[in-house]
Amino acid sequence: MARAVSTRRKVFTTALAWGLGLAIFFPIFWTVLTSFKTEAEAIADPPLWVNFHWTLENYVTVQERSDYFRHFWNSVVISVGSTLVGLIIAVPAAWAMAFVPGKRTKDVLMWMLSTKMLPPVGVLVPLYLIFRNLGLLDTRTGLVIVLTLINLPIIIWMLYTYFKEIPVDILEAARMDGAGLRNEILYVLTPMAVPGIASTLLLNIILAWNEAFWTLNLTAAKAAPLTAFIASYSSPEGLFYAKLSAASTMAIAPILIMGWFSQKQLVRGLTFGAVK
Amino acid sequence: MATKHSRAAARLMISPAVLLLLAWMIIPLAMTLYFSFLSYNLMSPGMERWIGFTNYQYFLTDPAFFAALTNTILLVVGVLIVTVIGGTLFALLLDQPFFGQGIVRIMVIAPFFVMPTVSALVWKNMFMNPVNGLFAHLFKALGLQPFDFLAQAPLASIIGIVSWQWLPFATLILLTALQSLDQEQLEAAEMDGAPWLSRFIHIMLPHLARAITVVILIQTIFLLSIFAEILVTTNGGPGTASTNLTYLIYMQSLLQFDVGGGSAGGVVAIILANIVAIFLMRMIGKNLEA
Repeated sequence: MARAVSTRRKVFTTALAWGLGLAIFFPIFWTVLTSFKTEAEAIADPPLWVNFHWTLENYVTVQERSDYFRHFWNSVVISVGSTLVGLIIAVPAAWAMAFVPGKRTKDVLMWMLSTKMLPPVGVLVPLYLIFRNLGLLDTRTGLVIVLTLINLPIIIWMLYTYFKEIPVDILEAARMDGAGLRNEILYVLTPMAVPGIASTLLLNIILAWNEAFWTLNLTAAKAAPLTAFIASYSSPEGLFYAKLSAASTMAIAPILIMGWFSQKQLVRGLTFGAVK
Repeated sequence: MATKHSRAAARLMISPAVLLLLAWMIIPLAMTLYFSFLSYNLMSPGMERWIGFTNYQYFLTDPAFFAALTNTILLVVGVLIVTVIGGTLFALLLDQPFFGQGIVRIMVIAPFFVMPTVSALVWKNMFMNPVNGLFAHLFKALGLQPFDFLAQAPLASIIGIVSWQWLPFATLILLTALQSLDQEQLEAAEMDGAPWLSRFIHIMLPHLARAITVVILIQTIFLLSIFAEILVTTNGGPGTASTNLTYLIYMQSLLQFDVGGGSAGGVVAIILANIVAIFLMRMIGKNLEA
């Protein structure tokens, strides 16, 4: 009896959850689908679902017209570059704060977090001028610097919460076994820290990839990443839905796939460890 | 355990991060503050002069400022209402056992990874366009007049787009919190005959309270700085109907080249964000002690 009810309920929940899930996902699905249509088919009324001429032409056009690969490469360099530089600075800092906490460690952590609260537009003017004077406007180096700095607090916090979970007892055990500091770090701590570092890396690449305030304001043509590449489709000429869809699909596909692998880390990273 | 030696090493390891963030905070902030007291336009270089609080006076009495402030608040509050209520309901649903949980989860979380410019343009053109958008097709099929979302209800439309982006975030965090709920407590309440609603109000909601607070505070920080969505959909218009504070300052600084006025706006934005930030810091600070 109880089992019958729960099965019926499970079927009902399944229908509802799938319905809502599909509704949320629909814009992405529709964009990908439209990217394989011709421009006329893309705006057909009633909309076409499968019975259209599947084509890859839009992808070719987008590449020819707006040079997708150059923007893609800019996005890769900027997001991966800023994350790696961030990690190089953050790993030692988070490590020290997690394993050798001092009286003021908590204050330092909170202060770092507070820099994240600074609204970007509040420092837009000076940064724009500094960049202009140093010749950093529209360069990948400039964006790597800015994105490293805006994501540094998140990187440090994420690493800190991961390092904090490494049991310190294990160090003492290793020490009893006669391991030196070097071996301790190399063979005991590092293997335990790698998963946390990898998660942090992943999440921060995603955040940097999608960052759309600085990337739009500090680039023009040379260093423009995919966020700016897509923004150039905001003033359309003629029929362009299929091309917009192809460009959008290419811009989000790499990160969507990475994102799905990092759901769990996302929660921890974006809530600064407050929700795990 | 920590020796003097290891303390010094620790300090050395922390200092690059601290120094960089310190520079990142102080240099631009000091410059913004300084510029905000200058008459300084990039179109007339060499004409900078000290004008005291005049920029603030202009910025704060400009009707556009008031409109932008209202829009900023409406945008933040609107998105928060949609995402927190929607996210709670979604999390409760996804926490139930059903077939294909993994796949549904992946679908629900997906919008969060779509870059702001893409989601705004897709919604603007393929859904909200009054001629070729899917909503227009749908309205026509139902015998209704097509509605020009971004022209007639620009702010509400942007709230919709941004909510779509942030609903996954709220859902995911609330779901994570729900999953750490003690199931035995719930079962005991159920055995005692407590109906679902009272179980929700007395057990689940208190458990979710912290996660909801975190969602609200973190989203607020990001939502105060919404920029790309406005840039590619409405450009802040019509008029100032969808201009928020971030967009207003951007226009003043980089489109009108008014460095002084833009900086005064920047200082105002910083002060407003700080008011929100204080609450967030308290929250997370408490958590750190726990």
